Amino acid sequence: MAYDWNFSIVLHYLPKILEGGVKTLALAGSSIAIAAPVGVLLGIVRHQRVPFLRVLAVIYIDFFRTSVALVLICWCYYALPVLIGVNLSTFTAVTIAISLQSSAYMAELTRAGLQSISVGQWEAGRALGMPGRTRLRYIILPQAVRRMIPVFFLLIIEIAKTTTLAGVVTYPEIVYEAYRVATEIYRPIETFTIVGAVCFIFLFTASRIALYLERRFAVVER
Amino acid sequence: MNEVLRLEGLTKSYGNVPVLKGIDLTVRRGETVCLIGASGSGKSTLLRCVNFLGYPTSGRIFLEGKLVGREITDRSGTKLVKYREAELCSVRAHVGMVFQQFNLFPHMTAEENVMIAPIKIRGLTKSQARDLAAVHLKKVGILEKARSYPGQLSGGQQQRVAIARALAMEPAIMLFDEATSALDPELVGEVLLAMRQLAQDGTTMLVVTHELGFAYNVAHRVAFLHEGTIHEEGTPEEVLVKPCKSRTQDFLRGHTTFRMPEPKL
Repeated sequence: MAYDWNFSIVLHYLPKILEGGVKTLALAGSSIAIAAPVGVLLGIVRHQRVPFLRVLAVIYIDFFRTSVALVLICWCYYALPVLIGVNLSTFTAVTIAISLQSSAYMAELTRAGLQSISVGQWEAGRALGMPGRTRLRYIILPQAVRRMIPVFFLLIIEIAKTTTLAGVVTYPEIVYEAYRVATEIYRPIETFTIVGAVCFIFLFTASRIALYLERRFAVVER
Repeated sequence: MNEVLRLEGLTKSYGNVPVLKGIDLTVRRGETVCLIGASGSGKSTLLRCVNFLGYPTSGRIFLEGKLVGREITDRSGTKLVKYREAELCSVRAHVGMVFQQFNLFPHMTAEENVMIAPIKIRGLTKSQARDLAAVHLKKVGILEKARSYPGQLSGGQQQRVAIARALAMEPAIMLFDEATSALDPELVGEVLLAMRQLAQDGTTMLVVTHELGFAYNVAHRVAFLHEGTIHEEGTPEEVLVKPCKSRTQDFLRGHTTFRMPEPKL
């Protein structure tokens, strides 16, 4: 069966798709901006066995990392406003949903990073008279963060992909926009080919940046 | 006040397993004391108690004449020593430690490794710390590697940087925990030489070592540990050449790398 490919008509709608792309980036960016610091804090609390707080962190992490993103998004959009009595924009609701889940991932990534640093490093700092916080900040975290870079970018890419679920609550991200274009012009094959290409360019660039950073900050190990 | 470190009745148990069974030991200013003994005799455990990387189960530790911690008597009349973390931090800042595995900070240059604690703990400025680092790196003969990262240095060079790092805190006493045991044989010499130089400069040192030649040539006193007690203690001549106790004799007989008489350097 010969299919009559026609990209020219889709290219006509490209600005619309790119607009969706920008919305996707905004969503991913704000989610990362919240999830990364919150996750690092949670990871430290869990790793450092901070009394009481640690229990809360463990509950939070285990609950949200096993949650389903699509369910969280729907729940934050429909149920959360009922509970807190404030109407949320789709952008805010989805940002909250993705941040909740991604911060749990980030927390585990942080814990893994901290655990990968040998006990000897903690001891060396301790033997120099450094209190725990000083050791964490100047000795352990700088090393852990370097080791976390590759997986951190993997997480960023995952977050970017998760944002494409935001369409279910009508947030106009790239896939949602593409779907609308596709139904309008009856060209789903070309439309989604182009969406695929746009996404690939973004994410591939991100992964290259990750690789660069990883090499740039690599610690010479013997 | 001549005495830098005094241990009184120090014990340490891991669960029900006693590792140290009452250690009494004094190290005076400018003195080098070597701890020798078989693996598992408690040498490293003893050293780690001195700067509280491990907490003693009972007994008292005096640093420069002052009891570390606060002594209390519990309801049953037993005397206990309570420790506060803040006090222990300041004790550790006054006790230098060199580890078997060097434990340099791999993300910092040699110089930065030496500078970090003086800046963060002693409150020196960066430029003061840099000058201090230069002094101590020079002392261990490795100033030309100041800008290198640990990963670019040989084991012997790394260990000398670690010594400089501990010295930069200007500690009252330096502890060496088998500082040469992780090194390739051809690198042992340069580290021992640096340690010997320190001893001759009058640094107070407590050295756990398997290098009996070093103990013989450098130590003022040698203590032989056996099953958690100091079994025999005295001058190198007394302990290593004419040991009185049969355990010490057995240990020395088993030591293939050390044959008396070792040439006096």
